Amino acid sequence: MIEFRGVTKRFPDGTVAVDGLDLTVDAGRITVFVGPSGCGKTTSLRMINRMIAPTEGTVTVDGRDVMSGDAADLRRGIGYVIQQAGLFPHKTIRDNIATVPLLLGWSKRRARARADELMEVVGLAPEMAARYPAQLSGGQQQRVGVARALAADPPVLLMDEPFSAVDPVVRESLQEELLRLQGELGKTIVFVTHDIDEAVKLGDKVAVFRTGGVLAQYDEPGVLLDRPADGFVDGFVGRDRGYRKLGFLSDELPLAELPTVRVGESAPDGWSLVVDPEGRPLGWVQGGGSVEEATVVPGGSLYEVGSGSLRSALDAALSSPSGRGVAVDGDGRVAGALSADDVLRALAASRADEAA
Amino acid sequence: MNALFSWLADPAHWSGSAGIPARLVEHLWYSVLALALGAVVALPIGALVGHGRRGGFLIVGSANGMRALPELGLLTLLVLLMGIGLLPVTLALAVLAIPPLLAGTYSGVRNVDPGAVDAARGMGMREWQVLFKVELPNALPLILGGLRGAALQVIATAAVAAYVSFGGLGRFLIDGLRTRDYPQMAAGAVLVAVLALVVEGLLALLQRAVVSPGLRGGGRRSPTATVGRPAPAPANPEPVPVREPAGAEP
Repeated sequence: MIEFRGVTKRFPDGTVAVDGLDLTVDAGRITVFVGPSGCGKTTSLRMINRMIAPTEGTVTVDGRDVMSGDAADLRRGIGYVIQQAGLFPHKTIRDNIATVPLLLGWSKRRARARADELMEVVGLAPEMAARYPAQLSGGQQQRVGVARALAADPPVLLMDEPFSAVDPVVRESLQEELLRLQGELGKTIVFVTHDIDEAVKLGDKVAVFRTGGVLAQYDEPGVLLDRPADGFVDGFVGRDRGYRKLGFLSDELPLAELPTVRVGESAPDGWSLVVDPEGRPLGWVQGGGSVEEATVVPGGSLYEVGSGSLRSALDAALSSPSGRGVAVDGDGRVAGALSADDVLRALAASRADEAA
Repeated sequence: MNALFSWLADPAHWSGSAGIPARLVEHLWYSVLALALGAVVALPIGALVGHGRRGGFLIVGSANGMRALPELGLLTLLVLLMGIGLLPVTLALAVLAIPPLLAGTYSGVRNVDPGAVDAARGMGMREWQVLFKVELPNALPLILGGLRGAALQVIATAAVAAYVSFGGLGRFLIDGLRTRDYPQMAAGAVLVAVLALVVEGLLALLQRAVVSPGLRGGGRRSPTATVGRPAPAPANPEPVPVREPAGAEP
């Protein structure tokens, strides 16, 4: 558990980066600090591993004031991942990952074995071990950065905008990967980002900072989207927040029958869903006649029954060329159809439940 | 030209304490002494100022000032102060070695990716570990570039030792001038130039051997890589303008 008690950071030029911060970071969860630039989120993060010393107040990790004791010892027990990874260009990937174990005095062999193990954990191919950072893509470098932070198995992980320098597709896969990892490892993670989408996606709890280093709201992401504490949070969370909030609702939806056809069969009039022999959706065809592969129109996104959110259900309906969203089961087989109206009705029902 | 070749081909000029091999060894000895002294002064200062990331203007100023000193005048002054000896010769040559070594070391350390330095500190390296495990290895291409520049300049200038009755390849120049033996002068000049080029080549090989492959250009690199690779080392690196240091507690 990490606690900020009345923490203020004033820089020598008089700027107040963090102003009277009181906040408790839950152990074993992901806590995201989010806010515009100059809001003190990174400064707050860097006070946890004493890269910046607070001017007033105390920061404690597991009850111990970070300013007591030796800074280097403290930092060796806290994982640290930064933007653009900050890998050591002159060292191989394996030696980069082995950094902290070697600092802690592990034998070279044990540290390298641990590095190889971690490469697998973060999804890097073993042949990368002997390469140098400049030979890796941005996304791969960031995976190395995470592996390096995890090497000595620290209970706390600090991540400072780790995914902001990679392209959106890679970022999304890194986010998924982090959530999967966290499901296995259960670390106490403090994650800094300026991207509210990233914050609500990753955070068990989200702390919104406003310019001047004041904590504006600290809540679970669903609450943040539902009930912003004030105009600033409302403005920062953004105009799509109603839509985003659908991502946190996963009520059961009524599924309609969805007639399907296979390639080679004859389709009825109107839109029909084409499936492969296992019953997985391939796309849509319009109009009657024999179904040929060339005439199949690619389908929209899919809604997975059981695990999908209302957001993915609505998107499935809106992105489908026929206007009917395709619901699939866990194996990817067609389970039925849903419409945008179904989703809105479910939303209304969930509102009514909340009000009751 | 023919006179030059016949002078060089004369076996008498290749033996004895005044022969070419003996003069070559003397020349190298003065150069090595001067480079070693220059390195002992320049490397620690350049490394510490680069590590501290402030005070760069002092490095730039003093390096440029030293470059402007007239070598022959300096040597004469030192000999007048200390008397004839190896020390004034070494000192005068070391003054030439210091600016490129200082500039190379300072800008090499100063230009290490700030992200790598921040990560090193944030993972729990102590200051000396940050310097020796991260900054200096990454600065090596620029430091060795500085060494090559310094070696070239010192070897080319070490001929002045003969001016104050010391040995080295400069003897052929000074003695040739006194006796109007122009083939001997030409041979001396050629020998100095050849020696400088050979040493430059050897140092280039050394650089290939000791610099991490991760810092060399030409490594295969994915097109989506976003983290910059350090630029290839110029032979005579210039110090960079000073940036504001990040607000880090050491």
